[in-house]
Amino acid sequence: MASEILRLENVCKAYNVGLPTETEVLHGIDLELDHGEFLALIGPSGSGKSTLLNIVGLLDQPTSGRLRIKGQDIAALGDTEITHLRGHTIGFVFQYHLLISAFTARENVMMPMLADRGFPSAEIEARADLLLAQVGLEKFAGNLANNMSGGQQQRVAVARALAMNPDLVLADEPTGNLDTKSADAVFELMRQVNRDSGTSFLLVTHNMDLARRCDRIIEVVDGRIRA
Amino acid sequence: MNRWLPFEWTMAVRFLREGRLQTIFIIGGISIGVGVIVFMSAMLAGLQANFIKRVLTSQPQIQLLTPDQVARPLRNSAGEIEDAVVQRPSQRVISIDQWPKIRAQMQAMPEIVAVSPTILGSVLAVRGDASRSVNLSGVEPDSYFKIVKVPDYIVAGEPRLTSEDIIIGVELAKDLGASVGDKLNVRAASGATRVLTVSSLVDLGNKSVNQRVCYVALRTAQSLLGMIGGITTIDITVGDIYAAEEIAQRIQAANVVEADSWIKTNAQFFTAVQAQQNTNTLIRLFVGLSVAFGIAAVLVVSVIQRSKDIGILRAMGTSRGQILRVFLVQGGLLGFVGSLFGAAMGAFALVYWHSVARQADGTELFPLILERSLFVYTALLATVTGLLAAMAPAVRAAKLDPVVAIRG
Ligand SMILES: Nc1ncnc2c1ncn2[C@@H]1O[C@H](COP(=O)(O)OP(=O)(O)O)[C@@H](O)[C@H]1O
Ligand SMILES: [Mg+2]
Repeated sequence: MASEILRLENVCKAYNVGLPTETEVLHGIDLELDHGEFLALIGPSGSGKSTLLNIVGLLDQPTSGRLRIKGQDIAALGDTEITHLRGHTIGFVFQYHLLISAFTARENVMMPMLADRGFPSAEIEARADLLLAQVGLEKFAGNLANNMSGGQQQRVAVARALAMNPDLVLADEPTGNLDTKSADAVFELMRQVNRDSGTSFLLVTHNMDLARRCDRIIEVVDGRIRA
Repeated sequence: MNRWLPFEWTMAVRFLREGRLQTIFIIGGISIGVGVIVFMSAMLAGLQANFIKRVLTSQPQIQLLTPDQVARPLRNSAGEIEDAVVQRPSQRVISIDQWPKIRAQMQAMPEIVAVSPTILGSVLAVRGDASRSVNLSGVEPDSYFKIVKVPDYIVAGEPRLTSEDIIIGVELAKDLGASVGDKLNVRAASGATRVLTVSSLVDLGNKSVNQRVCYVALRTAQSLLGMIGGITTIDITVGDIYAAEEIAQRIQAANVVEADSWIKTNAQFFTAVQAQQNTNTLIRLFVGLSVAFGIAAVLVVSVIQRSKDIGILRAMGTSRGQILRVFLVQGGLLGFVGSLFGAAMGAFALVYWHSVARQADGTELFPLILERSLFVYTALLATVTGLLAAMAPAVRAAKLDPVVAIRG
């Protein structure tokens, strides 16, 4: 097994392919991420960071190029295997639309496990509570998602991303909407998980202060990685 | 979170619960539709059952009669027709030929439950100055009462029918001023007369019938009508009333009799029922369609409202199939819950209508029939309708591009 969790080779992405509005957003991205590495992805708005993250998160397909996760070529996989990989290997933290509003904090954290197992169980519930405690929200387990502050919601989202014990967590500006203190707390939380369990992180951020505290910084400008 | 509820059901229930007003309104719509169907179906079934009950208890399901007497054209010795104009002969009242043999044959048929020879004729009932023309039925009480449950219709007296007894309709009793125990003079057209004792009065539920009906013992009628040993009809009850026509045709093919089933003699009723059933089916279809469109519309909107949730669910490893099922379950649940409320509404309306709508004489218009099968069937149909209606929205949800959904 390769030592890297993630490898992108010459990945290009164009939107509206075949239409007059066709635009290439990513132009030949090469990127590697090692097991246990905490990588910051920075760059101006519209440079293609989210597009890149969605491709890595298997929500979107590259127009050309090769994507390997844990050494496995994604192009060779079917829908079922990709769905499985999304559930078991990758955790997502988004900037907006963090939680599902019809559910409590605990239920949101249980959700990936529930989708995987099919039925709720005491075990799943216990793991959700453990994760909530880890992000310091054990007291809010029964709160509906809507009744929590942005920082709290984002911490629940981090707990949810960790629910399936993924190898790689993708976070797209998770602290973009938070005040400095909450942003710091969420970042430290992720850094902690990274140190304790060796989970790899790919963090998109505008906050240079946070980026400097990562293992490595990569800058994307106009769909290219700047050396 | 309910331990027994699978992932898809948990999601479906929560989504429905969160979309409070939408859910309430669509369930209201489904309930009304289902209520109308339940009400209509139950009432129609009641009216039909009413009629069938009458067929089962107050008339024979097959009657064997003497075949029509046909005239043949007159031919000469060479076989040529001499006079082609043939008049229909006047129909003499004559006995069924060799009826005991036919009766024995009928009794041997496994489809046939009861067989009873009967003689019918018109006589005059006289008491004092009052006289009335009546329809006389001469019957063997043991077998006849199995076919027409005369004892069930008795309002006064007892179901006794010796050769000296007569059972008469309540209206006839009124017209003649007779009551149980009184003597009646019964006179035939030939001049034959008998004095009989009124043993009981019957109410067959129809005024003109009650004015003309009277039963006497078979032998009494035979002697009055001058047909000793003869009968005019053989009345038959069968096990499966809907097979009556087919059985009648078989009997007619094998014997020199005319066999009329209740289905043939009530053709008009069947046409009416058929027409009503067609209308009912059409209404059901359109109610079902509008319910389906309602559910589909609500779910399409719900898919759009939930697109971000769907995107998040997909991002965390939920499969297309799971998303599909989340919305199918919602459709099925809406249909099912709506059908429960609708069935309750329909049943309530039926009970109310049953108590309010009365015939002129105050008896019920239709019997109250609330069969469990109707509710089970309706709930099943509504659930399936919900599932089908949810198909298009569910496919749409499953096909949603998570990237677009999340980017919002
Ligand atoms: N679905 C889409 N269709 C067309 N263009 C898109 C789509 N999504 C993103 N883009 C374009 O791709 C470019 C990169 O967007 P994005 O990856 O969101 O950048 P970033 O996350 O770095 O701000 C932008 O110019 C954006 O307008
Ligand atoms: Mg972005």
